[in-house]
Amino acid sequence: MSERYSSFEPKGTRWLLQRLTAAFLVIVLAFHFMQLHFVNHAADVTFAGTSARMSQPGYFAAMVGFGLTATFHGVNGVYNGLVNQGLDGTGKRVVKYGLIVAGLLLSAQILRLAFVMAGGSIS
Amino acid sequence: MSQSYDRGLVEDFGRWTEFSAGMWAWIFHKFTGWVLVGYLFTHIAVLSTAMQGSDAYNSTIQGLEGLLLVRFLEVGLLAVAVFHILNGIRLLFVDLGLGLESQDRTFYASLVVTGVIVVASIPTFLMGKLA
Repeated sequence: MSERYSSFEPKGTRWLLQRLTAAFLVIVLAFHFMQLHFVNHAADVTFAGTSARMSQPGYFAAMVGFGLTATFHGVNGVYNGLVNQGLDGTGKRVVKYGLIVAGLLLSAQILRLAFVMAGGSIS
Repeated sequence: MSQSYDRGLVEDFGRWTEFSAGMWAWIFHKFTGWVLVGYLFTHIAVLSTAMQGSDAYNSTIQGLEGLLLVRFLEVGLLAVAVFHILNGIRLLFVDLGLGLESQDRTFYASLVVTGVIVVASIPTFLMGKLA
């Protein structure tokens, strides 16, 4: 039988979440590019336009979901890639918790930013 | 009957001349993933100027978009994102056990379609006001 080369545990939760977020991101990343480079040119983006879009509940939910799933998918992908390269022991633990902290900080900033873009204020 | 195949360490990049299409797909997916996650952090940092007010947000975006270099970097970002999306779809199908026998051809198709979409998008990215 051929060997497994994946650093994911077979049928583990991270394996499943990486694929579920991938399926969601395929759709929403393509939408994001279309919306902000083709429908609206990036050079024409203003705070007023961003705020108008982010004030729509569906768009707001899609963009917040996009940011949070992209954060998970990216951070989990980096961790997986490093484990695949042979990261082990203390280094693996340091990288794991470092990436968790970075992911949580980015997620918090995404939520704060989305709130401001939708017209809210953070003092 | 399944056959065993010793392809050595997957992380041994010194063997790159022996890499198959599947190995190149794996490397390109990792590389584009690193670029995209790096861009995600940068993108949120740039957009966070919105927290300093609408003027800071507008001037930052218009200042960056006024640079020709940024437009070309955006084309590069599109190339990276489109390949990651297309190869990601290919991987989802492979995970489901679909199209295993044509995984080489679907990798080449991902490259060709990425190239076509990126080349066709260049005029749109270069449109709009430059500094």
